[in-house]
Amino acid sequence: MAGYNVLWLQSAGCGGCTMSLLCAENPGLLETLESFGIELLWHPAVSAETGPEAAAILGAAAAGEVRLDALCVEGAIARGPNGTGRFHVLSGTGRPMLEWVRDLAAVAEDVIAVGSCAAFGGVTAAGANPSDAAGLQYDGMLEGGVLGTDFRARSGRPVINVAGCPTHPNWVTETLMLLACGGLAVADLDPYRRPRFYADHLVHHGCPRNEFYEFKASAERLSDMGCMMEHLGCVGTQAHGDCNTRPWNGEGSCTRGGYPCINCTAPEFEEPGRVFTETPKVAGVPVGLPTDMPKAWFIALASLSKAATPVRLRENAIADHIVTPPAVRDTTRR
Amino acid sequence: MSDPTRLVAGPFNRVEGDLEIRLDVEDGQVRAAYANSPLFRGFERILAGKDPRDALTITPRICGICSISQSAAAARALAAAQGLAPAEAGLTAAALIHGVENLADHLTHFALFFMPDFAKPAYAEEPWHARMLERFAAGRGSGVRAALEARAQLLHVMGILAGKWPHTLAIQPGGVTKAPDARDRVRILATLRAFRGYLEREVFAGPLEAFAELSDGQALESWRRGGQGGDLRLFLEAAQGVGLAQLGRGPARFMSYGAYETADGPLFARGLFVKGRRRALSLDGLVEETAHSWMLGVPAHPYGGSTVPDGEMAEPAYSWCKAPRLDGQTVEVGALARQVVDGHPLALDLAAEGADARARVVGRLLEVARSVPTLEAWTAALKPGEPYMRRGAPVSEGRGAGLVEAARGALGHWLVVERGRIANYQIVAPTTWNFSPRDAAGVPGPVEQALVGAPVRPGETTPIAVQHVVRSFDPCMVCTVH
Repeated sequence: MAGYNVLWLQSAGCGGCTMSLLCAENPGLLETLESFGIELLWHPAVSAETGPEAAAILGAAAAGEVRLDALCVEGAIARGPNGTGRFHVLSGTGRPMLEWVRDLAAVAEDVIAVGSCAAFGGVTAAGANPSDAAGLQYDGMLEGGVLGTDFRARSGRPVINVAGCPTHPNWVTETLMLLACGGLAVADLDPYRRPRFYADHLVHHGCPRNEFYEFKASAERLSDMGCMMEHLGCVGTQAHGDCNTRPWNGEGSCTRGGYPCINCTAPEFEEPGRVFTETPKVAGVPVGLPTDMPKAWFIALASLSKAATPVRLRENAIADHIVTPPAVRDTTRR
Repeated sequence: MSDPTRLVAGPFNRVEGDLEIRLDVEDGQVRAAYANSPLFRGFERILAGKDPRDALTITPRICGICSISQSAAAARALAAAQGLAPAEAGLTAAALIHGVENLADHLTHFALFFMPDFAKPAYAEEPWHARMLERFAAGRGSGVRAALEARAQLLHVMGILAGKWPHTLAIQPGGVTKAPDARDRVRILATLRAFRGYLEREVFAGPLEAFAELSDGQALESWRRGGQGGDLRLFLEAAQGVGLAQLGRGPARFMSYGAYETADGPLFARGLFVKGRRRALSLDGLVEETAHSWMLGVPAHPYGGSTVPDGEMAEPAYSWCKAPRLDGQTVEVGALARQVVDGHPLALDLAAEGADARARVVGRLLEVARSVPTLEAWTAALKPGEPYMRRGAPVSEGRGAGLVEAARGALGHWLVVERGRIANYQIVAPTTWNFSPRDAAGVPGPVEQALVGAPVRPGETTPIAVQHVVRSFDPCMVCTVH
């Protein structure tokens, strides 16, 4: 199998997508990459090369001396101050990451934005966005970003946005595996160019609080077991990601951990215009309908199911452990 | 005497984030070092004006490797501002989550960041090199793989207690959002015991407790000679071969905020260790200076501090990092500092005249050996059914500090709330202390000082000794400037 060369850069982000990637299991990260002939030309956390040796690898890739199949960028790109990009000068090179990324993207077969910062700006672009950070091909929801709307990698594909804060390790490894064997086309990307294999699912799918959701048995405070949509800001019914069907760190997810989904795979999730853990309401009705749900039907169903909420769910919804277990029934009887 | 030459080391990898070290080299030695933290994001400005509760979502994302520490500091700052005491059981669960992150970070540092330097061709002639190559060749050694697997499995505790790692919202001012049940308790115990199994099989090649009981450097040497195998013995052998204990002398002033907070007080004591004895720690004399930082503004205590980047990047500044000083002096923070401040005899002996590159690594592993049994005990003591969260009212006016110990040292958040909004939020991270640039008096930061005297071999561009010293601190550059 011919090697598939990956170069990984980190810029204005937290490094958490790499830390998450290192959690890949069954098989582990190194075995997964090796099994698909994926070679890390250089990765800041993994590779031996440091200083001029590392800079030489970047230089050789930019000059086209080494084939660059995928450029992975983690972290947003700081454009400030005043458009110079000098809020992150890549150490030892005297050049802003802004320039390195433009140069390397131009020679890469594919460009992958790893994490919501690299994809859209993410948390680095929150608030006053002090570093004037943007994503590779998006500035929030706006197409453009650092590489511009018209950018296409050598493959003809735009930047592939493996969004998430952080990314699930296998969102990244599976994107790389698919690319390495020619299995990811533009049609396999959603409207924000996230790989559909994880973005065509909603965080709601497989959420263990689904029964509470069905009957609108709501958690009132963090650590309650009920559905967190009505009061606690959860947007799992609108957020794209397979977090509850593909668990994190063994068996976790945000909602399993007792806190709301904040839609971290979406552009501008960092500025929801409200407190992250509170649901805004208009006339007592939570703002933000479940995706693809007609409003009138939702309200009608919600009031119906609220009226039909079993006592068990009503009680468990506002407890931090099961206080009323489901009745045991003989399912063979008619 | 030859003329001084200047070396610029970067991209300096196998640290968290980006780092540039500038070196003045003369007569085969580092004469002066300058640490540049080259990335500015401006979290303190991002937070300004937000609802204080949003700090719990934003601040963990300062750092992907010490995300839980950031969470814990933010939660504690908020709790202090609210005047809220967390539920006792919630404190224990939060300590467990935090302890697991620190363990994972220590392992990541040892196996991924630090050890691979010994597998480099520069050491090809050393008697231990072949074993290092097999075990710790970057990105492929068997020890690297084993560590990655053990780390991933250990972090299953996060899947159970914190939803995911990094970036959880599980730690709240009043406790934690997930109340573990009886089944969670035994599952976490099994995970911790499996991690202990890995450590005792592959890293310590012996019981953790035996290592935790070592009383001084002599005992450490006897421990090394008295057993066989294990990555730690391999490290000690190589450390001796390259004279790691003679490299990277720190300022001999150690600070710890105390870790981990439980109802019984911290597991590792809080304090300042100067001139051979521990003192009570007061942060009244904490000032962040900016004379050599690309920051405008005056030296200030974090409660009154500001973060205004100098877009001109004017000299003599050379880093985005501010220069924190305690009573006008630098302090070293980290696992070794924690163990020194806590009074562990091995740490005290190894750091008697200041930390060195070897002592920092040993301090980290000592902490691992001491932490795992405690985490097991905390898990065993989890009481399903107890309240894990205490409710508090949102704060409209107030201030509070959140002081915790990240894997790599003392982390502080200082929060000021006015009219229900964040009026000021200042963060001083562990590597802000360790990798601070010079202050107004020209006094170098701890790593800058520690690098002076490091040998530079002919032809070296990024001297291997410099790499050992820098990585011995386990810097987290994304936290440093934030």
